Amino acid sequence: MIFPRLVVAATGLALASTALAGEPEGARRAELVNMVRQDCGACHGYTLKGGLGPSLLPGALAERDVQLIESVILNGRPGTPMPPWRPFLSEAEARWIAEQLKKGWPE
Amino acid sequence: MRRRAALVFAFALALAACAPTAELRGTGDLGVVIERTAGSVLVVETTHRSVLGRVPGLGDLSHASVVFSRDGRYAYVFGRDGGLSKVDLLTTSVVERIVQSGNAIGGAISQDGRLIAAANYTPGGIRIFDSETLQPLSEVPSTYGDGTRRAKVVGIADAPGNRFVFSLFEAGEIWIVDASDPRNPRVTKLLGVGRQPYDGFITPNGRYYVAGLYGEDGLALVDLWHPEQGVRKILSGYGRGEKPLPVYKMPHLRGWAVAGRLAFLPAIGRHEVLVVDMDTWREAGRVKVHGQPVFAVAQPGGRRLWVNFAFPDNGVVQIVDVPSLEVIRDLRPGRAVLHLEFTPRGEQVWVSSRDDNVVVIYDTETIGELARIPATHPSGIFFTARALMTGF
Repeated sequence: MIFPRLVVAATGLALASTALAGEPEGARRAELVNMVRQDCGACHGYTLKGGLGPSLLPGALAERDVQLIESVILNGRPGTPMPPWRPFLSEAEARWIAEQLKKGWPE
Repeated sequence: MRRRAALVFAFALALAACAPTAELRGTGDLGVVIERTAGSVLVVETTHRSVLGRVPGLGDLSHASVVFSRDGRYAYVFGRDGGLSKVDLLTTSVVERIVQSGNAIGGAISQDGRLIAAANYTPGGIRIFDSETLQPLSEVPSTYGDGTRRAKVVGIADAPGNRFVFSLFEAGEIWIVDASDPRNPRVTKLLGVGRQPYDGFITPNGRYYVAGLYGEDGLALVDLWHPEQGVRKILSGYGRGEKPLPVYKMPHLRGWAVAGRLAFLPAIGRHEVLVVDMDTWREAGRVKVHGQPVFAVAQPGGRRLWVNFAFPDNGVVQIVDVPSLEVIRDLRPGRAVLHLEFTPRGEQVWVSSRDDNVVVIYDTETIGELARIPATHPSGIFFTARALMTGF
């Protein structure tokens, strides 16, 4: 009995560590790049300079830390139109998006 | 031989010289398709379902809206970046272009066709231009509260009497601007209309303005025959106290959602289309649909309603039978369906699929596909029949 449990724990660790490494790759990365421009862009603008939602350009996000941005992406902002994107993103992906937004979103 | 060659050459030259004037034609079957990431529009015609040309250089069209001159020849294209371009549909070229703000949402053309009003997010307010030259005539800043902030302007519509009506998102106000003296517009403000109005429309007869509210269950109604009576809240509590579902794209309202005495309005945070009786402005029913509705458009004649949806349900279009209020068909025109537009008498509907780079045209009688027109990330589709209608 101990053995399978260990395997489960080890797999869990392995998953967590790839998740922490976190960089989406290939088709998924392309999908996220497109999703932020097109679907986040529905409110924040395709260039992300803002629309009904605020600007997501690096200058506008300079004072916000990655953790906060990640949390807003995942959970939304109650009282505003910002919805939670948790159903469509892993935490690692949300963190990656937050990091990329602060650097300047890829084309 | 040499003389004949010279003659042929001269004839060819003459032909080439004639080409730009082309043949005379009307514009009643023309329209434009926005290519949102390319910053261009396709000029299209609905009789043979073809593209007449592409007009580039219109800036950031990731959100765009179009109104037409009353003669149906010019399209005024409002871009996200505050660009306002006047496009000649007959020569498929830009005849005037200005960048009138930093961030815009749309615009309207006045009843008499002489004025273009652009609705802006940054800086908040509207600006009024001469439709002939795009020369600026006046500006109405959307200042509210203590007077230091400007709200984002949403839901602009033209109303009889050369008036423009719009809502202030952060302020929860509806303003009526009388631009009959366009250099000195007069503003009537209706305060406390409800939380976060996100869009609005005017009924086809030009009498009622309705603002959808994001921040509460209900809509705000203004009778433009009696603006002194203020705002009436309609469909209050349509959410029945249930927790709203997340909204991944704001619905759009326009006068097209009217069929007979019924108006069809997307619910916010509910996968429903709300049906309102415009005689009483009370709820007349609901239609359960596939996702968060974005556009609910009545087919000309009013027999059917076509609905598209927000992410992640935006690959589907549903057709609702109006008499029974039942969904009769699910269509899958392509990925990310952003808009749909009927020909004036409703025999065709054009549907844009952003992620499949195509406009799909359906026969509304058989619901069969008629044609596909390639386009780069197409979004809004606008036909010139709008030139003749209040609220478009």
